[in-house]
Amino acid sequence: MSTRVWHRPPLIGDARLRWGLSLGFLAYLVLAVGSLEVNWQRVAEGLERGSAFAAALFSPDFTSRGDAILEGFLESLAMTFVSTTIGLLLAIPVAVGAARNLSPLPIYLLCRGFIAVSRSFQEIIIAILFVAMLGFGPLAGVATLAFASIGFIAKLLAEDIEAMDPKPLEAIRATGGSATQTLHWAVMPVVLPRLVGVSMYRLDINFRESAIIGIVGAGGIGATLNTAFDRYEYDTAAAILLLIIVIVLASEYASGTIRGRLR
Amino acid sequence: MPVVTRQGQPAWRLRTPRTVLLAWLVWFLIVAVLVWSWQFVSERTIWAFVADAPRQGGDLMARMVPPDWAYTAMLWQPLWDTINIATLGTLLAIVIATPLAFVAARNTTPALPGLRALALLIIVASRSINALIWALLLVMILGPGVLSGIIAIALRSIGFIGKLLYEAIEESDAKPVEAIIATGASPAQMRLYAIVPQVMPAFAGISVYRWDINIREATILGLVGAGGIGLELMASVNVLAWGRVSMIFLLILATVLASEWLSARVRAAVT
Repeated sequence: MSTRVWHRPPLIGDARLRWGLSLGFLAYLVLAVGSLEVNWQRVAEGLERGSAFAAALFSPDFTSRGDAILEGFLESLAMTFVSTTIGLLLAIPVAVGAARNLSPLPIYLLCRGFIAVSRSFQEIIIAILFVAMLGFGPLAGVATLAFASIGFIAKLLAEDIEAMDPKPLEAIRATGGSATQTLHWAVMPVVLPRLVGVSMYRLDINFRESAIIGIVGAGGIGATLNTAFDRYEYDTAAAILLLIIVIVLASEYASGTIRGRLR
Repeated sequence: MPVVTRQGQPAWRLRTPRTVLLAWLVWFLIVAVLVWSWQFVSERTIWAFVADAPRQGGDLMARMVPPDWAYTAMLWQPLWDTINIATLGTLLAIVIATPLAFVAARNTTPALPGLRALALLIIVASRSINALIWALLLVMILGPGVLSGIIAIALRSIGFIGKLLYEAIEESDAKPVEAIIATGASPAQMRLYAIVPQVMPAFAGISVYRWDINIREATILGLVGAGGIGLELMASVNVLAWGRVSMIFLLILATVLASEWLSARVRAAVT
């Protein structure tokens, strides 16, 4: 009788690669943890604040800074709506330019380049630049979110245009339709549901982002939240966080429902 | 086109009067909200600054070029911190999110009422709050530094990994589960031998994907004091050293592209 025992097959088949990766990762882990500098005394002091904040989560204070909270949320919502609309309007030409089946190569490369730049940087980094240019306030936030929305919407829309059936395009062109007529009668009916869906999705993202870009001065509820933390007003901060969770969930649910209906 | 007239009488309409009215109402609401929103933003804007924006923007660009190449020498340590924040944060999130996902998945949740709802609540709360807000909170509680960054990344990632993993578990095939149970396996053995092999590729893909996102997020956590290259960024912005700022941007861009490439390679390998 042989004593061979069955073993589950490992995720990485090649034994040398598996051991090499594991050892490399272990070495990295030792180095990384070794280079951590933690001020444990400060952490110990912080635990008290942590428990105070945890307690505040169960007794949030919506009223004592109610005006500031309301103002912050209205500002966030206003920024979200305006920036998504501007982003959407500007994204449509960029998307058409970035679709290889509609545009010549130079325009394609230009639009793709713009999309790549707009997508690689975090919103908050763009916000820093716009705050430097436009001054503090919600307009810098609107510019930031609109800029980020262009790249996001244009990329998804361009992919949808590129994936569309070429027959409607050919049919409209065969009737002698101009470029605008082709867009209106062949492209638009195909990509419109997708466009609405992507815009809804971006509306949702823009609200989430509007809650953080206030940290660098671009308006919205993030500014109010930052102030609350700076003043150690845990109960107000807890109220804002809870409201953010509720609104994010509601908007996620609404945008999911609308997108589900479009499909 | 919407109305076909036959002997002076409308015979067929594309839309009923009710839906036409509804469509106009929806458009009216959208426009009204937009006008109100724009007024709101406009009232809070100092337009004198905006008029000056093109000059300011040109000025900014001029100061950013050329990037301060010599400054790179001071950036390796923050960059190393940034990568550590992302990696250790992701690891911490994996350790917490994996059991959470097994509790949240309908087919593996323990038969204890309320436990699944609790797991789902944790996942939802973690997912709705941005890592930067978590960092803001943690810097206040634990003080500035890398540790706050790691925990902030972990807190945000728990929801992400937990959600995708529990969906993968729910989608797993029930037949292997039945087969393993038929051999007399305990519930733990069933999970280990029937579920885990099925979700392993999804798990690896999700983790690496989140790690890639976390590298991006870790580059900015320093803006609120949670360590990494964002600290240098904030310091350079505050002293208006735009040459340094553009150097940091270049480094962030390179790091993000490298991590994106690595993550795409790994995901292509496991799926």
